[in-house]
Parts: sequence; C-alpha cells; structure tokens
Amino acid sequence: MESEQLFHRGYYRNSYNSITSASSDEELLDGAGVIMDFQTSEDDNLLDGDASIGTHYTMTNGGSINSSTHLLDLLDEPIPGVGTYDDFHTIDWVREKCKDRERHRRINSKKKESAWEMTKSLYDAWSGWLVVTLTGLASGALAGLIDIAADWMTDLKEGICLSAFWFNHEQCCWGSNETTFEERDKCPQWKTWAELIIGQAEGPGSYIMNYIMYIFWALSFAFLAVSLVKVFAPYACGSGIPEIKTILSGFIIRGYLGKWTLMIKTITLVLAVASGLSLGKEGPLVHVACCCGNIFSYLFPKYSTNEAKKREVLSAASAAGVSVAFGAPIGGVLFSLEEVSYYFPLKTLWRSFFAALVAAFVLRSINPFGNSRLVLFYVEYHTPWYLFELLPFILLGVFGGLWGAFFIRANIAWCRRRKSTKFGKYPVLEVIIVAAITAVIAFPNPYTRLNTSELIKELFTDCGPLESSSLCDYRNDMNASKIVDDIPDRPAGTGVYSAIWQLCLALIFKIIMTVFTFGIKVPSGLFIPSMAIGAIAGRIVGIAVEQLAYYHHDWFIFKEWCEVGADCITPGLYAMVGAAACLGGVTRMTVSLVVIVFELTGGLEYIVPLMAAVMTSKWVGDAFGREGIYEAHIRLNGYPFLDAKEEFTHTTLAADVMRPRRSDPPLAVLTQDNMTVEDIENLINETSYNGFPVIMSKESQRLVGFALRRDLTIAIESARKKQEGIVGSSRVCFAQHTPSLPAESPRPLKLRSILDMSPFTVTDHTPMEIVVDIFRKLGLRQCLVTHNGRLLGIITKKDILRHMAQTANQDPASIMFN
Amino acid sequence: GAAGLSGAGAGGGAERSGANSEDVRCKCICPPYKDHSGHIYNKNVSQKDCDCLHVVEPMPVPGPDVEAYCLRCECKYEERSSVTIKVTIIIYLSILGLLLLYMVYLTLVEPILKRRLFGHSQLIQSDEDIGDHQPFANAHDVLARSRSRANVLNKVEYAQQRWKLQVQEQRKSVFDRHVVLS
Repeated sequence: MESEQLFHRGYYRNSYNSITSASSDEELLDGAGVIMDFQTSEDDNLLDGDASIGTHYTMTNGGSINSSTHLLDLLDEPIPGVGTYDDFHTIDWVREKCKDRERHRRINSKKKESAWEMTKSLYDAWSGWLVVTLTGLASGALAGLIDIAADWMTDLKEGICLSAFWFNHEQCCWGSNETTFEERDKCPQWKTWAELIIGQAEGPGSYIMNYIMYIFWALSFAFLAVSLVKVFAPYACGSGIPEIKTILSGFIIRGYLGKWTLMIKTITLVLAVASGLSLGKEGPLVHVACCCGNIFSYLFPKYSTNEAKKREVLSAASAAGVSVAFGAPIGGVLFSLEEVSYYFPLKTLWRSFFAALVAAFVLRSINPFGNSRLVLFYVEYHTPWYLFELLPFILLGVFGGLWGAFFIRANIAWCRRRKSTKFGKYPVLEVIIVAAITAVIAFPNPYTRLNTSELIKELFTDCGPLESSSLCDYRNDMNASKIVDDIPDRPAGTGVYSAIWQLCLALIFKIIMTVFTFGIKVPSGLFIPSMAIGAIAGRIVGIAVEQLAYYHHDWFIFKEWCEVGADCITPGLYAMVGAAACLGGVTRMTVSLVVIVFELTGGLEYIVPLMAAVMTSKWVGDAFGREGIYEAHIRLNGYPFLDAKEEFTHTTLAADVMRPRRSDPPLAVLTQDNMTVEDIENLINETSYNGFPVIMSKESQRLVGFALRRDLTIAIESARKKQEGIVGSSRVCFAQHTPSLPAESPRPLKLRSILDMSPFTVTDHTPMEIVVDIFRKLGLRQCLVTHNGRLLGIITKKDILRHMAQTANQDPASIMFN
Repeated sequence: GAAGLSGAGAGGGAERSGANSEDVRCKCICPPYKDHSGHIYNKNVSQKDCDCLHVVEPMPVPGPDVEAYCLRCECKYEERSSVTIKVTIIIYLSILGLLLLYMVYLTLVEPILKRRLFGHSQLIQSDEDIGDHQPFANAHDVLARSRSRANVLNKVEYAQQRWKLQVQEQRKSVFDRHVVLS
C-alpha cells in the first residue's frame, strides 16, 4: 500500500462556498489551522513564471525525476478542499491512515534540523495525551454539573428550600437537627409547594395541590427541553450511542459533535431527567464526552485534519463518558472497546484508560453527592451467597433476556411507526403527552415518584437495623442482642407486603413507559430505566426467596445453609443481579457490564452470580434476535454500519453483488487522457456516483486509478477559477505525461494529483465472504472488480449492506446512506 | 458562612482547610433500643472524633447500657461543598435563562422585526410548513444579501445566518424527513 502524491500534500480548509455549503461545521477553522505544505514528486517543471512563492520542492517519490518537456505545465499545487468529506458519507480509512503516516514521517525527518523542529515533534507526540487529558477534565466537570443540577431540579417538583434555594431536599435538611429516625427527610427549612401555596402540610388538599404542582413542573421541564432541542440543536435528542457507533466506524455527521449540540445536550439532559420521564443519563453522557473530545481535537492539527485519528480521541472520550456515568473507569474502557469503537488500536487502550481516570478524578473532587462516591448507588456488600441461590439468579437472567427481547421489538416497532406515519409530525406534542402520562401515574406510587437513581439505591441497600422504610418493615425480635451487621432472616411485616404490591405496579408501569420514552426528541438514555426494572424484579424475587427460606427452613435445599437465626438471603444482592441481567438483555453487553456492576458495588465475590445472570440473559435474548438495542436502532435508521459481530456465511461471489448488473447501464468510467473538462462535468451532473474508476482506454479497460466525485468537482472548479486557459474543451489528463496535442488546442488540465493510484481490486470470482472481510478489516468504501485483468465493475459498502440485508431477508431498501 | 474560602467551581472539593464549618458533619444513626425510639444525631466534629461517644448527646441510656447502645449505632463522617452546589446551580440557571431569552427572541421577536424592516415580500416561507413554526425561514435570503459586505457586524450576522441554516438542515433531517435519530 504505497502512499501516492495524493498523500504528500496537506490541504487547508476554507469556506469553499460551492462545496462546503452550510452543512459544514468548520466555522472553528475559518482562516485558522492552515497546513500549507507544497511538495511535488513529479513534473517539477520550475519553468513557469507564476509559480507560487514559498513552496518547497522535494522529490519524495524516488525515481521518475525525468521531467516532461512540456513547458507550460504549472506546478502542482495542493487544491484546497481535496481530501475532505461530504456530510453523511463514509471516510476512507486507508487514505486517512496514509496521510497520518506521511505527516509523521515528515515531522520526524525534520526533527534533527533545529531546536524548533524538535519542539514541534515533541509537541506532536504529546498532543495525543493533551487532548485526552482535556477531554477527561471537561467530561468530569460537565458530569458534575449535570449531576448537581439534575438532583436539584428533580426535587424542585416537590418543594423548595427557603433558606437557600439552591439546595435540594437532602442538602437542605443536612444540617438540621429536627430530623427523626422515622422521617429522615422532614425539616422546617424544606417547604413543599402545598405548604407554600395553601399553607397546609398534610391532608387531602395538600396532596392534591402537591400532585398538581408536580404535574405542572414535570410538563414545563419537558416542554422546555424539547423546545430547546428543536430550536437550537436538533441533533441533541435521543441517546447518541447508535450515532456515535456509526461515526466511529467511519461515517460523517457534521454538527453531531459540535459545540451547540454539546451545550444543548447538557442543559436539556438535566431538564429531561428532572421532568420525571423514564430515562437515564448514561447514554447522553457518552455523547457529551464525545462532543468534548471532538471540540478539543480541533485545537490540534494532528487530529483536526485527520478523521481516523480523531476517532481514536472519540474512543477515549466515550470511555470517559461511561466512567463518569457509573464511576467505573475500567468498565468505561471495556464499554468503549466492546460497544462503541470500531477500530481500537492498542495504544488507544492506554489513552482511554487515562481519560476515564482523569474524568473520574475530576468528578470525585467536585464531590456532587457529599459522600465522596461517584454514583448515587454505590453499595458495598460483604454477605456471602450460596450455591442454591444460583437458581433464582438464573431465573432473573431469563427474565432479563425476555424483557430485553420484548423491549427491543416493541421500541423498534414504535420508533418505526413514529418515523413513517403522522405520529412523527408532532414531536413537541408527543413529548408533552408522554411526560403528562408519566407524571400522572408516577405520583401516587412512592416508588415511582422517587428519582430512578434513588429508587435503585434503595433497592440495592440491604435492610439493616438502621433502615426505616416500608420495604424494611420486618417483624423484629426486639430482645435479640445481635449487633448491626448480622440480622437474621425475619418474617415480613405488613409494610413489606404493601411495598411488594407497589413495586409490582411500578415494574409494570416502567416496562410500558420506557418503550415509549426511549427515542423521543429529548436526550434519553436507557441504562438507568433498565437497571431499575431489573432491580425491582430482583428485589421482589429476593424477598420471596427470603421468606421461603424463613418459613421452610427445613426443606432440603435450605437446610444446609439457612438455619434459623442465620443471615442467609440478601435481597439487595438479588436486586443487583436483576439490574445487571436486564441491562445485559437489552444491550447484549458482556464483559463490560459485569465489570461496571462490580465496580459499582465493590464486591468481587459476586462475580459468579453476575456472570451467570448476564450470560443467561444474553443467551435468552439472542434466541429471539441477535441485535442489541443500539444495533437495532442503527438498522432502523439505515446507517452504513458494517457490524463486526455479524458473520456473513453465504456462498455468493463478487460477480453477483457488483454493479453494474446485467440490466444496468455500463460502468461510468473516466479515461486517462481522452476526456475533456466538459465531458467530466456532464458525467458528474448526470450521475450520482461517488467516484469513478479511471481506465487507460475504452478498448483495453486496464485500470489506472480511482477518482472521487468530490475531489473532481473541487479540482475542476478551482482550475477554472485559478488557472488560465482552462475551458470546457480542455483535455483532462490523469497520466504522468500529457499527450501531445495540436498547437491551437487549449491547455490541458492535469488532475493526477487527485487520483488514487492504489484502489483495491478483487476478481469477479472472489467469494463474498472474503470481500466482506476485506471491507470490514480495512474500512473500505468501495472495491473494484476485475476479470482477467480488465475492469468489470465496482462494489460499494452500500451494495454489501444491501446484499447482507437481502440474504437475511430484511428490506434492502432500508439502507439509506453511502 | 465562610463561603468564599473553599474555592468555586470544579476544584473545590478535595482540600478542606478553609472550608465552611457548616459543610462537615458527623451523622450517627441509632436504632430503637429497648424502649427508646430510634434517633439521628448530627454534630459538627472532626473526623477523629466521629464516633458514638462524642456525638450522641445527651446519652439516652444509663451508664452500663451505653456500650450496648453505641454498638448498634452507626456513625459516618460526611462533608459537602455548599459553595460548589451554589455556584453550579447559579451557572446552570443563568445559562438556561439566557438560552430561553435567545429562543424567545429568535422565534417571536425576530420575525416581527424583520417583517417590519424588510416588508412582507421578502419573507419567503421555506418548503414545508408543518405544524410547528420554523424560526429560521428567512435565513437564506439574509445570507445571500450579506455576503457582499465585509465589516465586523456583518461578519457576525453572516456567521449567525450560517448557523441558522445549519440548524435548519439538521431540523429537516431529524424532524421532517426522519432520516437520522428517529
């Protein structure tokens, strides 16, 4: 794979109005970030008087220094805009990697010249670490802001702290001495809205007033969130992880990781969480972190001009995002490796870990929760589990897998309906209706009125003597003289039974509402609602097993481990395992999920139950459909994502997939030196192909190279403007030596510099398995097909995706992008 | 309290030398014991003094029972940074307020102003006019007009119009054609 002249040049960005239209996000770089490095490797005809000032001439391509004798050839200047990509197109990984290697070589070769060059090379080597550090700092800071603001706004639905309005409920009552054991939340500084508006704190009137105010605040937060998204940054809605997966595999979505999207996503995420909707903030935090990574990478030319290197920074940034969301740096790196990234070179592993650690450290020093923990539901257990408990854990895994399969099907069906019918025309109305239904049903049930994170924490926490919630209303033996940690299994009191009823209702409510909430036009994540559903199911199962063990302690399975008076079952552990199972069932994560959950809880001794549950849920879920929720959304949107986990096992050949087919018009090609500028312009205008192969002549059909549509358009336009004598009938020459032309013909246009001289080719009898493998491993966009050495056709990534969809009996017309 | 000392913004949590004295506490939770009900004790002591004997005052049980009572209690040392919380909330609310004002300006005030300045004929509605309003409908023509001039104010306006076009494109992709992010 040799890097040709195409890669010897830099290019600078400019608002080149006809090409880089308003869909570019390069305002950051207008006039800044200029890399001008004129090098030529051939045809260095120095003879023309209007050569550009200040250019260097280096023969870097070894031989062929024999210049042509054509005196009027201008030096090849780099044409601005060549090498950039259109919106909604795929990058060329091979080209980007070659560009980067070339840049590196150039810097290294100049290193010994002067101290300044040495500093530049050191700066270049260290800029990777600098970007990653800045990204980690920014992600940690933003996550702290989001956590503190979301906590405060969530409590704003219920009341306000009169002495200091910026405190939420817990912080308001922090220093107060009026809290009692049973009612740990009451203090005189915190006033509910009913108290403020009608003056009563108890009674049906105040309940109704609180209800009304709750609904009012929930609706206003939701309305604000969706209006901000709609007016300022429409890309800020949704989770972000499917789009980031696609971007990391090489797709370009301009503006998706821009500064407005970052700001709006941060602000509206707080509003969306505060409005009580059934969503979480983990997926959007990954998007926020990737936005930070993208923005900082623009400060360094090494990353801003090279799309492949930028994606390394984005991989590290997504690790930082998960790290601050869960307080799990290692889990974040594994999540980035397993779920988000496409190409993950090993040096990115170390940098991702560093970013995750920096982000976690910054979040910890902001200390949003006042207890030096990163996540609200960090619980530490040390109670052992027993072998017979594997049975309920596997049952929880089955539940997780079933729920995951159901959720994916239901959510995709609902999103498809929203996409294609009239439901999707009223996004603001949809958000308001969903928020209203959620608020109306959630308020009466104390478990759904709670913030979802606090619900999870309450479910994960085991019942010790210090708990006084109704979930822990066991019948205690008051005369027992046991100390704190070792409470034996007790029979449940009435509080526990009523709590179980409420939890069942909460479970059904959450299962239904999350289907409609994931995908609405506000930032919405999926992790917390899935974990909540799993935690509720797990806790119910745990209490059931606990009561079973208490009342039937003489059964065979319990006899060995659960004697009377022993602390046998920990329902909180079941909640944890259930949460992991449900999350695994819907996202189909494996290693990263187990690591995240045990980093969350600090319990290495629970790896076996977690793994059992996660594996079971993955197998059960895979029995219904191989895709996780993110792959399903990618397929719904038709992104050109070639999944590395799918295998292609059909026996078709390249000749069956390539274009043109038998009934199609012949392949649109360019010849090496026979075409005029006008011919090329007509070809570009009449067809919509992204690139054209260049052949020697129509008779021989021997391949020379491949030219991209965007590069051709830019080069021809720039030539028409800047070079003299280029008219419609000028010959376009892709060869090294221009052909001899009659004297009165206009100047030829040399476009060899934009030609890719090393396109990938396969023969028509290559099996498609190998072709798909090549595309996946090298990140190609297109591949030419030859037969006996002659050009026959072309296979693009879109063709491959359509073919895979066809062989899997899905709709091939759903692949939308190139 | 001594609000200014513990450092504003993101860095404030770790060092506690000048911290607000209201921001640390030792919290002891004591469950019901014999016929005494459960109680929560808060006191402002340092970390080494954070245990049952220093914090639980007045001790509800007589001398010989103190040890049994204290064994059941759980004491935790907690600290927070109220300055960080205050600064964060105020920053957040101000950004939210500014965005709200800008949104009101863009959607309500600007079309009225433009209509008054340029007359009805210049306001070309964009292609689709579905349900909700399109705030940036006139971005195209403003963009075309201002391209010729080159002073600072027009550069700002040019940048703003370009941004509006971008947002309009994004809005079309997401909300109207449902191409991305559905």
